[in-house]
Amino acid sequence: MEIYTALKMIWALLLGVLLTGLAVMVGMDMGVGTLLRFVGRNDAERRAALNIIGPHWDGNQVWFILGGGAIFAAFPTLYATSFSIFYIVMILLLFSMIMRPVAFEYRSKVDASRWRETWDWAFLISGAVPMIVYGAAIGNVLQGVGFHFSWDGQYYQDESFIWYLLNPFALLCGALSLALSIHQGGAMLMIRGEGAIAMRARRFAIWGGAIAAALFVIGGIWVPFIRGFVYTQPVNPAMAATPLNGPAVAMQAGAWMRNFHSFPILWLAPALGLAGMILGPLALAARRPVLGWWLGAIAWIGTIGTIGAAMFPFLMPSTTAPSQSLTVWNASGSAYNLGWMLVFALIFTPAVIAYTSWAFHLMGGKVNPEKVSRDDHLY
Amino acid sequence: MINPTVVELSRLQFALTALYHFLFVPLTLGLSFILAAMETVYVITGKPIYKDMTQFWGKLFGINFAIGVATGLTMEFEFGTNWSMYSHFVGDVFGTPLAIEGLMAFFMESTFVGLMFFGWDRLSKPAHLAVTYLVALGSNLSALWILVANGFMQDPVGATFDPNTMRMQFTDLGALVFSQDAQAKFVHTSIAGFVTGALFVMGISAYYLLRRQHRDFAARSFRMAALFGVIASLAVVTLGDALGRMDYLVQRTKLAAIEGIWHTTTPPAAPWTIFALPDQSARKNIAAIEIPYVLTPLVTHSWNTAIPGIDSLEREAKPKIVNGIQAATALKAYAGTKNPAALAEFRKYQSDLGYGLLAQRYAPDQDLAKITKADLPGVVDRTAQATIPNVFVEFWSFRIMVAFGFAFIAVFAFGAYYSLKNELEEHPWMLKAAMWSIPLPVLVCEYGWIVAENGRQPWSVYGWLPTFVSASTHGVGYMVFSLVGFALLYSLFIAAELYLMFKYARLGPGFREAPAAAQAGAGPGLGRPGYANKSWE
Repeated sequence: MEIYTALKMIWALLLGVLLTGLAVMVGMDMGVGTLLRFVGRNDAERRAALNIIGPHWDGNQVWFILGGGAIFAAFPTLYATSFSIFYIVMILLLFSMIMRPVAFEYRSKVDASRWRETWDWAFLISGAVPMIVYGAAIGNVLQGVGFHFSWDGQYYQDESFIWYLLNPFALLCGALSLALSIHQGGAMLMIRGEGAIAMRARRFAIWGGAIAAALFVIGGIWVPFIRGFVYTQPVNPAMAATPLNGPAVAMQAGAWMRNFHSFPILWLAPALGLAGMILGPLALAARRPVLGWWLGAIAWIGTIGTIGAAMFPFLMPSTTAPSQSLTVWNASGSAYNLGWMLVFALIFTPAVIAYTSWAFHLMGGKVNPEKVSRDDHLY
Repeated sequence: MINPTVVELSRLQFALTALYHFLFVPLTLGLSFILAAMETVYVITGKPIYKDMTQFWGKLFGINFAIGVATGLTMEFEFGTNWSMYSHFVGDVFGTPLAIEGLMAFFMESTFVGLMFFGWDRLSKPAHLAVTYLVALGSNLSALWILVANGFMQDPVGATFDPNTMRMQFTDLGALVFSQDAQAKFVHTSIAGFVTGALFVMGISAYYLLRRQHRDFAARSFRMAALFGVIASLAVVTLGDALGRMDYLVQRTKLAAIEGIWHTTTPPAAPWTIFALPDQSARKNIAAIEIPYVLTPLVTHSWNTAIPGIDSLEREAKPKIVNGIQAATALKAYAGTKNPAALAEFRKYQSDLGYGLLAQRYAPDQDLAKITKADLPGVVDRTAQATIPNVFVEFWSFRIMVAFGFAFIAVFAFGAYYSLKNELEEHPWMLKAAMWSIPLPVLVCEYGWIVAENGRQPWSVYGWLPTFVSASTHGVGYMVFSLVGFALLYSLFIAAELYLMFKYARLGPGFREAPAAAQAGAGPGLGRPGYANKSWE
């Protein structure tokens, strides 16, 4: 295998790792944000819930930022095209995301119930909307998107944004993503929350996991009937990265199942995902929140792994110009760039994981509403 | 066809969101190190007042930091959402520093900021101090990588254009990272942040001193900030000079616009224009006040090097535009046919490709193929004129920035002088000057951004990619939607931010005031102003 091909594959894998890290860590915080109004019935409880992730949300959010930066660098054409084509939803995602840091920092700094109520709504929006958009974007990508490129590499959109917002399969994926985040956030609230907060969080999280499992199964039944994409001409994976003049691509229902037929070991991914979604709520029901949290993480690994396994090497297929579909082979950065970024990733990722774990360990322990309400240094 | 309205709206949105983000960044950069300095004194001396100082200024830091983080999210995604051609064209080299920034710097800053705020009781003193330093280091490392990326837009080194992928490909990490423009700009920007942070602390402390509140706390904060500020304000001017020289070396159109040089003068007579109303259409300065023989040594650091005026720069651009049109035409032919002859033709002119892309805007129907022989001189003329940025904006943004830059040196110097003599409260004009100066460094940083980025026009990547062809192919409706949303949200945010900033600054440090007896007995120590001995105490 050529080095360039290997680098492209490694970065496709790392893209999956990033999307998973983002889903697990940011998803957890989003779940807490979504649940905030429901697990906290009074201000002390809500503050306790917020401070459970208080020391960590900012670090977790970097997964999101790094996701953007890494797609930009490793798959520049994907970054340029997907973010522009999904403009309306990306802007909605940004609007909701940017409320969150401000909400954390500002909510408890004014002692007025209207002020705090308003920010609590901001938490709900900034928790639920990004997760729905995140899932829906992946759901849209799975079905292919209408776009083509001109000779200079500029994209042109061939479909209305209304379709991206309101297409049933994408909404299913959005709901799945939200349900998983509620499971993850609920598990975290159980780990560090006390009494009523943990009790209410448990109920929501169990439902979140169970609904996710149901949606995952429905999605699994649905996918074989969706138009997938497949190369119909031989492909040189080490090709120069351009979507122009590429080999022919066909749209076929069931094409997303081909990788599973060729490599049955890939069935492990959906199995893992489903196992996480079924066992996660069971662990929470048995009051084992740490186990439930990790099973939630496994559910995400399985879900994103399933999508990756189904689509590989496609990243964002085009329904209107299939041969210009963006793939791991034609949308990546140069070998030089991917190589250096890999060096940086190998050095800094272990460091990031190490100090993040240390931070969680250091700030561990239950968050008590009484104590929180007496401390005006906390959120 | 590229819709000029969409390009202009995209530029407007990017400028507004970047300028807005940059309202908060400099304070984060500077205040983080001031917090680290305060906490260092706390760890060394063990005096609780320095812990109170770290915590109080840390609270204001947090109010500012949150909105900086929030608006930074927009920036990371806006290249993709609004500048698709740009992202495609340079993502391979421009995206890399952004990704490394996330991995190396932003993770560190964001993870440790949580521990800095909430880890006081769970960390030993030295460990917490280390955490604070990691936050300061992380935020400034972030700035480094962002400015490495920006440096590429100003002086695209470390990448070459590849006609097979239709983009610039990364070829040299060292050249990118150690680009002189990037390095000078990083130090200039970080230190401008230190100036902002220092004046922020000094100004709010001055407010307390004017009101005779929290005197010990305020006097110590004032002194640390003033000393910090003297060094930073001197350094920021020095680095500014280095940057000006970089413009002379790699961005001569920016330099000509900054100084309003319409015509090349024989060295060393080039006059330095203090005041003028540059008129771009008449191509001259109105009501100019000039000092001859100053600009040549100031910019070139020599007596006999000519500084090219706008007239020469446009003249020099013309052959590049003619070549560039050839390059772009050949490239398009090659893209369709993969014809080796077209490639050879492209290779001949490839270094001027950007000028051909720039000419596109002035070609009939934006199509270079439709330029007739008769059209050509007109298209070349208009394109050459377009290589010059808006001179009025550049000229005045620069002058405002520099004038305030020097004024800050004076504010800090007087502040430090009176603070060291323990005479601050006897000079209320000094305190008032410091207090009213709080927003000025922020404003000056904004002007610095305008000088750098307006001066880069008409390019998004200097000499390679015109801004006009960089934008996404959105409709006007999309742009209106996002612009209105940003305007609404950002207005609410700034209102909340200012409200909280004023509220918490007025509340003052909620710390235990040291009992008078203990203070009188302590005597002047490290960084300890002796207000206890003053007659009005």
